[in-house]
Amino acid sequence: MSAMYPEDLLYAENHEWIRVENGTGTIGITDYAQDQLGDLVFVELPEEGDEFGQGDPFGVIESVKAVADFYMPVGGEIIEVNEELLDAPEIISEDPYDEGWIIKVKIADDGELDALMNSEDYQATLD
Amino acid sequence: MSYLPNTDKNRQEMLDAIGVESIDDLFAGIPEAVRFRGEMNLPPAMSEMELVKHMTELAGKNLSTDEYVCFMGAGAYDHFLPSVVDHILSREEFYTAYTPYQPEVSQGTLQSIFEFQTMISELTGMDVANASMYDGATTVMEAALMAGRLVRRGGDRVLISDSVHPEYRTVLETYLRGLEWEMVEIPTRDGITDLDALREEADDETLTVIVQNPNFFGLLEPVDEIGTIVQDAGKAMFTVACDPISLALLKPPAESGADMVVGEGQSLGNPLSFGGPYLGFFASESKHIRRMPGRIIGETVDVDGVRGYVMSMQTREQHIRRARATSNICTNEALNALAATVYLSLMGKAGLREVAEQSLQKAHYAAEAIDALDGFSLKYDAPFFKEFVVQCERPAAEIVQSLMQHKILAGVDLGRFYPEMENSLLVAVTEKRTRDEIDEFVSRLEGSA
Repeated sequence: MSAMYPEDLLYAENHEWIRVENGTGTIGITDYAQDQLGDLVFVELPEEGDEFGQGDPFGVIESVKAVADFYMPVGGEIIEVNEELLDAPEIISEDPYDEGWIIKVKIADDGELDALMNSEDYQATLD
Repeated sequence: MSYLPNTDKNRQEMLDAIGVESIDDLFAGIPEAVRFRGEMNLPPAMSEMELVKHMTELAGKNLSTDEYVCFMGAGAYDHFLPSVVDHILSREEFYTAYTPYQPEVSQGTLQSIFEFQTMISELTGMDVANASMYDGATTVMEAALMAGRLVRRGGDRVLISDSVHPEYRTVLETYLRGLEWEMVEIPTRDGITDLDALREEADDETLTVIVQNPNFFGLLEPVDEIGTIVQDAGKAMFTVACDPISLALLKPPAESGADMVVGEGQSLGNPLSFGGPYLGFFASESKHIRRMPGRIIGETVDVDGVRGYVMSMQTREQHIRRARATSNICTNEALNALAATVYLSLMGKAGLREVAEQSLQKAHYAAEAIDALDGFSLKYDAPFFKEFVVQCERPAAEIVQSLMQHKILAGVDLGRFYPEMENSLLVAVTEKRTRDEIDEFVSRLEGSA
């Protein structure tokens, strides 16, 4: 099961993950989240340069049975968005932690990362 | 309908249940100073017989287009209503004002809405139309809000021509107030949107430019040129409000670069009914479908491959997206849209064109005759469809009053909307008007000069 929630990521209550490298965070949604949503049909993404605070909605994901917002696990400025997802949202289901990344942000405040969970704690919230 | 009053016992039980002493206690939050303590100014109660008599007397004060010859328009038109429309509407399978709550069970209703959407798409030239909205005014307002969702990062200005229906502009203004967007009214020159003024105002902060064609004065706007100005302005969306009947003759707004085509659908099979209920139509491009307001019905197949209809794209709607829904209008004017659908099916392409052509020709016949009268002239030179402005030598309100004695509704006094146009009369002529009626109207006008 641990493969589903990589150890090198941090997790938010709203089921986003973040991979932190040199002040940049790559953000996506967890395997659990994509599984709950079911077949994905549409994503709505922010634009490069948009700024959001921690917990702000930054995009929308729509499946055949539900629609949900993406929330920022940390505040920051969007530096890249995964435009592949606009044409093929199913990439998120197929590969949520790699090809299915959603945005990259310049993290505004490293301190906000303290509020996030490690893999083990996150998995505990799912039980 | 039976009337079941609450008994004193019922009231006491309810008060006990919520734990208050008296009904007055429920209003404790309202300060004494603002409470009304006098006697209500109401007449004494009437018996059923007295009430029916009273209401019949009141109803007798209404003027009806069965009795009066109507040259009034200004957004609501006296077109012919085939009696079949009402017969189909009244069928119990259809007779509800509301989109059904168990929609997929009501395949017939969904199919009729799907057909409505299809016909509006064909008329406007746009890819996709919604299931209808409240009226023309709300579609204009919704188009502005949609532009706000479409234009990424930017803008808080909505440009609307002065020649758009004044009531549509008022509704728009009301909605924009809460958003703190700026509504800029573009002046007209000779009844048509002033293109120089538009060019000057259309900038990078502009979300949308809204024009009406034919405009409130009945005139044709230079929609192609306006489309180009909008395009050159940057990110702005181009909204065109139009009379669906006119689309049987005029180029579809889609071909002039419109991003949203909206308007009042009353002309299509709906009676004047003292101003409502009417229906709005709203069309756009399929790439924008997730930003569109209102309900959308889709066609699909079931597990057996049989055609069926469903509510689609509901993830935009309030019951799913709540505060972040695309619109707070999550229903449609289902019965009115059905009337429009039945009307369009009955008329067909040729019939609708005939309605438009006859309206156009009769309006021009009337306009020429009025222009030839002493004391009356056409105010504008621009081409018009079925409606035109007559310049009079005395207040239009007086002329309207005077022709009422001859059972003619002469038109709409433009002073109501534009104070400087007190002597201007807006006249609409539909296919229903006969040559005799028009000739009589012209001669009564002459007599009132």
